[in-house]
Amino acid sequence: MPMHAQEIEDLIRAALPDAKITVEGDDGVHFSAEVIDESFRGMNRVQQQRAVYAALKGKMDGPNGDLHALALTTKAPD
Amino acid sequence: MTDAKTQIEETVKANDVVLYMKGTKSMPQCGFSSRVAGVLNFMGVDYADVNVLTDDAIRQGIKDYSDWPTIPQLYVKGEFVGGCDIITEMTLSGELDTLFDENGVAYDKDAADKIREANA
Repeated sequence: MPMHAQEIEDLIRAALPDAKITVEGDDGVHFSAEVIDESFRGMNRVQQQRAVYAALKGKMDGPNGDLHALALTTKAPD
Repeated sequence: MTDAKTQIEETVKANDVVLYMKGTKSMPQCGFSSRVAGVLNFMGVDYADVNVLTDDAIRQGIKDYSDWPTIPQLYVKGEFVGGCDIITEMTLSGELDTLFDENGVAYDKDAADKIREANA
């Protein structure tokens, strides 16, 4: 099932309530998201992006996953 | 231990740099795989490419191995480095050069600088 940008933001928000989240793209399967959260400080990019993927709860999984592509940018606040 | 996991472990330990990708380094079949292979090709890195499209067990196995949901996946000296977005950021920031330097991976520094100049 195609997703909406708002659903993606909501899922990330549930895991990272204080994050600054920007989701772009609206074709239903290809999105880009920027997530800035204090909890990312001290984590490398792999750890940061794993945290975001975990929040998406399997939406990225497999050839039949709802989300085909999510270009992710993650960082701690400046 | 599953066969796929054993096979993945052997591959990432036997090669300094390994890219799990859709398609091959000479014929990528996905834009994200193409971007990472393109960077490594342009930088003249000697790397092994594994086409996940030819083996479903490896295609799923590599996601389980790294706990990472997407392909491509780059490994250096057996360690998972990241996917397309991370490799792109690291290339532009110079962190990929540093990683290669630290691990004794040969690459063309001038080519890496050219990528950064073109994207400045």
